[in-house]
Amino acid sequence: MNIAGNILIIIGGVFLAIGGLGVFRMPDVYNRIQAGTKATTLGAFSLLLGVGFANPEWLLKIILIIVFIAITNPVGSSVLARAAYKKGAFEYKKDASDLSKNRKRGE
Amino acid sequence: MMNIIVFSLIGIGVLFALLRLIIGPSAFDRVVGLDTFNVIITGLIVFIAYFLKSSLYLDIAIVYAILSFLETIIFARFLEGK
Repeated sequence: MNIAGNILIIIGGVFLAIGGLGVFRMPDVYNRIQAGTKATTLGAFSLLLGVGFANPEWLLKIILIIVFIAITNPVGSSVLARAAYKKGAFEYKKDASDLSKNRKRGE
Repeated sequence: MMNIIVFSLIGIGVLFALLRLIIGPSAFDRVVGLDTFNVIITGLIVFIAYFLKSSLYLDIAIVYAILSFLETIIFARFLEGK
């Protein structure tokens, strides 16, 4: 049980690091929402389940946090993406003829 | 050993989310960085509860998750301009 918890915790840490890296690296608001939300949701699930496996008496509160993240994280990203789309945020388009024209970002 | 690895990985995630929060060109980029930062910090608080073997930090993680959700929703609605 302890070994499975440790493996899940390390997998969760890797996914949290990848989520932060994706938020930093992606060129566009929508790409950033995509990368950040999905990777950090999976990473948080895995890390919390790992802590719950390592300490089984905490499992009730851990499952409460997991359910809360599973409900609120997609809602938050959806509301954010809708607001960005309604305000007409910058969209990154890969143009074969001129890449440097698309490099200026945002307003 | 495992604690050092997990703290380093979470630190990498927090560092890049904070960089996006600081240098984000538009306000939406900053809110996206803040959202990612909050989820990573929730995971970090739960891991600190495991590291210090104290169940008190789980309550802090629950309250932090609720407040970060409200923060994201309020910032998004404010930027949408309703």
